[in-house]
Amino acid sequence: MMDSIQPLIVSRHSKPLRHMVQGVRAFGAATAGLDRVSRKTSPATGDTDWGALLRRVADAQDSAAFAALFAHFGPRVKAYLMKSGADAASAEECAQDVMVTVWRKADQFNPARASAATWIFTIARNRRIDMLRRDKRPDPEDLPWGPEAEPDQEDALALQQETEQLTIALRDLPEAQRSMIERAYFNDLSHSEIADATGLPLGTIKSRIRLALERLRHSLN
Amino acid sequence: MTMITHHLSDQLLMAYSAGTLPEAFNLVVATHISLCDECRARMASFDAVGGALLEDAHAEMATDSLANVMARIKAADPVVKPNATARDTLLPTPLVDAIGGGLDKVQWRAVGGGVRQAILKTSDKATARLLHIPGGAAVPDHGHQGLELTLVLQGAFRDDDGHFARGDIEIASEEVEHTPIAEPGMDCICLAATDAPLKFRAILPRLAQPFLRI
Repeated sequence: MMDSIQPLIVSRHSKPLRHMVQGVRAFGAATAGLDRVSRKTSPATGDTDWGALLRRVADAQDSAAFAALFAHFGPRVKAYLMKSGADAASAEECAQDVMVTVWRKADQFNPARASAATWIFTIARNRRIDMLRRDKRPDPEDLPWGPEAEPDQEDALALQQETEQLTIALRDLPEAQRSMIERAYFNDLSHSEIADATGLPLGTIKSRIRLALERLRHSLN
Repeated sequence: MTMITHHLSDQLLMAYSAGTLPEAFNLVVATHISLCDECRARMASFDAVGGALLEDAHAEMATDSLANVMARIKAADPVVKPNATARDTLLPTPLVDAIGGGLDKVQWRAVGGGVRQAILKTSDKATARLLHIPGGAAVPDHGHQGLELTLVLQGAFRDDDGHFARGDIEIASEEVEHTPIAEPGMDCICLAATDAPLKFRAILPRLAQPFLRI
C-alpha cells in the first residue's frame, strides 16, 4: 500500500532547482561567451537566515523575529502587488494580509522545499489573484507528509545555496531577458499580452524567456 | 505506478507559477502536478524564480503597518488545522474539489460514438471537461483554434503524438489535428481544457458544437 506514496523528488544532495529547464534544448552556440563569472560568495539576499526566523515565529510566536521578517518582506510584497496593477492603498492592505498569513502559516514553511522568499512569493501570488479577481488557481494535492519527514538539513542548505545562485543569476541576466521574466511574473501578462504591450513579436518574447531560463539553469550547474 | 512520459511545458509551468493561466488550465496543471513528482519539482523551481524576483522589489510600507498587522494577528481566531481528508484513488484533490466529489458525482452527457463528457464549472476564458471514452473508441477528429491540454486519469489513448496513460498530458496547439483513440481495454477517462471551441472536421459534429459545447 505504501508503494503508491511517491517520495519527494528533492532528495539528499539533489539539485532541486535544476529541474527548472528540463525540456529546454541546449543553446550552446547562442549562450557561449555570454556566461559571466559567477559570484559564488556574497549572498544575494544578505546574511539573515529568514527560514530560521520563520521557525521562531512558528515555534515561539516570536514577535521580534516577525518584525525582522516584516521589515524585509513587507515592502517587497507591496512592490510586487503594485507592479501587478494594484494602487498603493490596496497594495498596502493586501501586503498586510500576506504578512498576517505568514504569521498564521509559519508552521507550514519547510526549508527543504522552498526558501522563505519563495514561500512568501506563493502566498503573495495567491493573495494577488484574489485581490485582482483573477482566475482561480487550485494548488496541487499536498504530498503525503508523515511524522518521519522532518525537513532535512542538507536539503535545506542545498536549496538555500541554489536560491542564492538563482537570485544572483536573475540580477545578471541581460536586461532584455530579465524584463521579460519580470513581466511574466509581476505584470500579470501572458506572452501574447507582453507582445501587445512591448510591440515585440511573440517569437522574440518566447525566445528571450527560453534563453533566460537556459542561463538560469547554467547558473545552477 | 506507471512512468509519466508526457510532461508540462516550461511555458505552462511558468504561467501557473506566476498565476496568470485561465482557471481551466490551472485545474489541469494542478491535477498533473498532483500525479507527477518531476513536474512538482520543476514547479518549485519556477516558484523560486518568483521568490528571487521578489527579493529585488521594494515599496515603502505605511508607518503604522507593522502595528496594524500585529493587532490583527492578536485579534484573529486561533489557527485551526484542517483534518486530513481521505484521498480519492483515481482523482487528485484539485479535481475532486472542482467536481464536488468523486467520479460518482460527475454529470455525464453523451456526445456520440459512445463518448461522454461533463463540463466543469470554471471561468469562461477556457473550458474544462471530463471525457469518458470507451476502450478502443475514437474521439471525433478535431483541430483547435487555441491550446488544448488533455490529461489521462484512467486507461490510455493513442494518437499521432504517441501513447498517453495515467498522468500523461498532451499539449496540442493550433496546428495539431489529431484523432485520439482510446487503447483497447479499460475505458479512458481524461481531463481536457481548451481556450477556444474545438473545430470538428465532419459537418455534423460542427453543427452540434454550439449545442453540446464540445
